[in-house]
Parts: sequence; structure tokens; C-alpha cells
Amino acid sequence: MSQKITSYPGHEITSDELKEGKYLDIQYKFVPRYSWAAGVAISRFLDELKEGRIVARKCSQCERILVPPRMYCEQCYRPTDAWVQVRDTGTVNTFSISHVGTDARRLKTPILVAVVDIDGASPGMGILHNLGEVEPASIRIGMKVQAVWKQPSERQGAITDIRYFRPIEA
Amino acid sequence: MLESPKELSFEASKMALDSAGLTLKDIQSVVSGSAPDAFDGVHMKGEYYLDGMGAIGKPHERVYVGGGTGVFTPIGGWWNVASGMYDTVLCVAEEKMSPLHPHPQYAFWSIFDQILERPLGTTLLWIFSLEMRRYMHKYGIKEEEIAEVAVKNKGNAIDHPSAQLGAKITVNDVMNSEPICSPVKRLDVSPPSDGAAAVVLVSEKVAKKLTDEPVWLDGVGWTLDSTHWTNRDLAYPEYVEKAAKMAYKMAGIKNPRKEIDIAEPYDPFDYKELHHLEGLQLAGKGEAPKMTVDGVTQRDGDLPVCPSGGLLGVGNPIAAAGMMKICELFWQLRGEAGKRQVKKDARTGVAQAWGDLMQVGTVAVMRS
Repeated sequence: MSQKITSYPGHEITSDELKEGKYLDIQYKFVPRYSWAAGVAISRFLDELKEGRIVARKCSQCERILVPPRMYCEQCYRPTDAWVQVRDTGTVNTFSISHVGTDARRLKTPILVAVVDIDGASPGMGILHNLGEVEPASIRIGMKVQAVWKQPSERQGAITDIRYFRPIEA
Repeated sequence: MLESPKELSFEASKMALDSAGLTLKDIQSVVSGSAPDAFDGVHMKGEYYLDGMGAIGKPHERVYVGGGTGVFTPIGGWWNVASGMYDTVLCVAEEKMSPLHPHPQYAFWSIFDQILERPLGTTLLWIFSLEMRRYMHKYGIKEEEIAEVAVKNKGNAIDHPSAQLGAKITVNDVMNSEPICSPVKRLDVSPPSDGAAAVVLVSEKVAKKLTDEPVWLDGVGWTLDSTHWTNRDLAYPEYVEKAAKMAYKMAGIKNPRKEIDIAEPYDPFDYKELHHLEGLQLAGKGEAPKMTVDGVTQRDGDLPVCPSGGLLGVGNPIAAAGMMKICELFWQLRGEAGKRQVKKDARTGVAQAWGDLMQVGTVAVMRS
């Protein structure tokens, strides 16, 4: 059957050919504006961040304490039951040193990224955030960290009200 | 590539039809696959590329589960045939990533949570590097062991006529390549690509008229996990396990390690091949690196893995890359893979793709 295929088609374009203007290059920018509904659970979560607190939702059936909070438990498939304040400390579950930005452009100063498992929530309940006040080479999985908050007057009710997580001195 | 999405789709579809000895008139329905519209900047991409897909005036559906789309496309075709609706289905996957500037990575920014994650400056590379780090940590795996996958796959791709990045490289080359998102380095990653791939799927009675040596799609499976990826065990892809078990059960496979002869798991990053081999139950948890270092997964090994050259070597036109794996199994199981033909007599193969926020597993078991 495949012996009937005698050649594999396709014309490669090199980046030099593009730079030389060999092909017409139509540029188009799409700049939409959105207002997203944060939702019932995340709106409360953001309000609490503004106050310097991290909150979770508890499902009394599976007894999980969920961060980020949700109004329903996706495992039990029922409404969650209560708000629980958790701590602003946690453990580095995993981390990365990112030398690229959102559009893959190279950064002069790398961004330190981590999944931080939040103390007081169920095991493995992590959130994505940045690390700071730490040398990249000294970051370790299992490291205890604490949120560094913006000044109350600077907070907007956003995930960035936490500037980053920094190591807790042993 | 110079070819437009429609032209890429046409070329792949025509090759598949020619290979099967059929024309478009013989095809009753078309299933297409393509990943984010954001790459092309063409909303309703499934309707846009329709004529290149040979789907004008025919029942057509576009399936989409992010990077899992390539293997999901023939699964969609399988629904068409298994339901009894159609006897002949053309399955085409197409992707053109090059239109988006400054880099197609940018399209992935909008898959992250818009309230809690995007404000942190996310890039898709983050989740891969975070997952790779957790995988290494949990099982004590070294970056050098993971790099062996890139060396193998780029080497295999030298023999693929459509390969973008076939090359003879060493573990040192990978280790010394640019750190992009540590621990991910440049040569750990597949490239952005343009491409298309297609297969013809037919019912049993039609298959027997077309050829004495059909390749059967004997089992399919697919599952998704939640987008709450930071709440998940990042060291093990449970959704791949669930999809694999669904496909194995359908194919009557009880012991995958003994019964699977050849595998084409999704390898957009070198560690992902290892992760997926474990999810596919072809290696114990944390044991896939050693299999690779020991040469088990080479073309002449006991379990050849990505003999095509994979995404790391052939390229990663998202949906088309998964379908390329289905095509590779078709050729391998018929003994028509030429220079890429594996040494062992391969009769049963598994292809798998993966995608979105580390949450999709799509699996197909094929037999000759």
C-alpha cells in the first residue's frame, strides 16, 4: 500500500527567505478586550487575598480542603460546604527557572516559578506562583516557603497581591 | 512551509487515499483534527480547511483535545465506523504553527487560568519544566538519562522522509544546549512545525476487499483530568493510564508489557516519552529511563519506542504529530517502514497523544 507513495510533498520556507521579503507577509493584530467573571469561589478568594489571607473550601464528604477554592467538589460532584482559612506558608512541590517569557522571548532575569502546596489545605493542594529572595541554585523541592504580600494599600484583590513566596529561615 | 492549511490537508489526504487505492468518491465521511485556532488566527478553522480535507458535501466533524487531538482524530473515525453509520472514513490531522509571531508558544498563554495563573506571566514551558522536575525528584532520575530519549528520537528521524530535525546528537549536546526553562533545555524540546497526516479507516468488510493485510484499529481509549493541574500528582500521568486501560480492555490485552511489540507515545519533550511509557503500563513507575539507557527502546530493542523519530525528530505540528504516530504504526505493522523498520516482528502497536493542561490521554491499539 504505502509503496504507492513515491514522494513526500512540501516546500520548506527558511527564516532567511522570510527576512529577505521573498514572501508577502500580511501582519494582523487582534486586540480583544474581555471582562471575565472570576466566579463565586474565586471572587471570595481574591477578596481574602486583599486582606492578606488565603482561603479554601471544604468538602465534608471527602473531607478535602481545596485550594484554589471551588463551590463544588469535582470528585464527589456535590456542593462544597464551608470556607476555611489556610496558612500563607507552604512547601515547594516543584519549581522551574524560566529564561523565557509568555511569547518565548528570552528574559534578562529569569522568573522563578513553583507549585507551592499550601499549609492547612489537603496534601498536594498546590497553587502556581513565583519564588523570590532566593538564589536559583539553592531552591529545593520540599523547601518551606511563606507568602510575601504587597502593602495593603497596593493590593487589588488579585493573585499578584502575593508578590512571591520566599524561603522560611530554618 | 509554503503550503496553506488547506494544501497541507490535501497533500496528506491524497497520499492516504492513493495508498488505500481509493478516491474521494469512495469516502462516506471525514473526521478532521487540528489544535488551537490561535496558531492560524482563523476562527472556525474546521470549516476553513474543509475543502482541503475532502469534506465538502460530506458529513464532517472536527475533534479537538489540544495536543491529544492527533490520536483522537482516528478515534473519532472509529466512532463513525463502529457505530455502523459509515464504512469508509477519511481521518486527517493538520497543524500550521508558523503564522503566529513572535513565537507560536504565545498561543498557549491563553490555556492557563485567566484569573489566577496568567497574571504571573505563564508560558507553556512552565508546566513541562515543573512536571519534569517533579518526575526526576520522585524517582531519582538524572537529566542525562532523560536526554537519551532526545538522542534516540532525533537519530531515528534521520530516516523519516518528512523529518524536520533528524540529527545525530549526543547526551552532552542536550546537556550543553541553552537552558530555556530549567530543567528543560533547548534540545529536550520538539520544534514548532507545519504539517498534516491522514489515514483511511474502513469497516471490516471493506478492508478485506482492499487488502489481504489490513491493519486493525483494535482498541481506543481517551480520558481527561481536571484543569486544577497544581492539585495533581505531577510525577505520574494517571489520565494516560485510564485511557490505556480502556484501549487495552477493548483490544483484549491483559499484559501490555508482553503483548505490545512497538510503541509511539507522545514525545513533545524527551521526559514525556518516559512519563507516557509508564502511563501506558509499558514500564513500571520511574523505570522508563533505565529501559531507555539499556537500549530496550531502540529500533532493534525489545520494545522499539518512537521508531518514527517522534515529535522530537520528525517535528511537532500538534494534531498532525499524533496522527503521524498512527501512520508510523500502520507502516511498521505492515513491514513497510523501510529504513525505519524495527528489527522484531511487530504485530501489535500502541500510539498515544497527550495535551491541554497536562490532562488529556488519547490511546489507540493497532494490530496486523
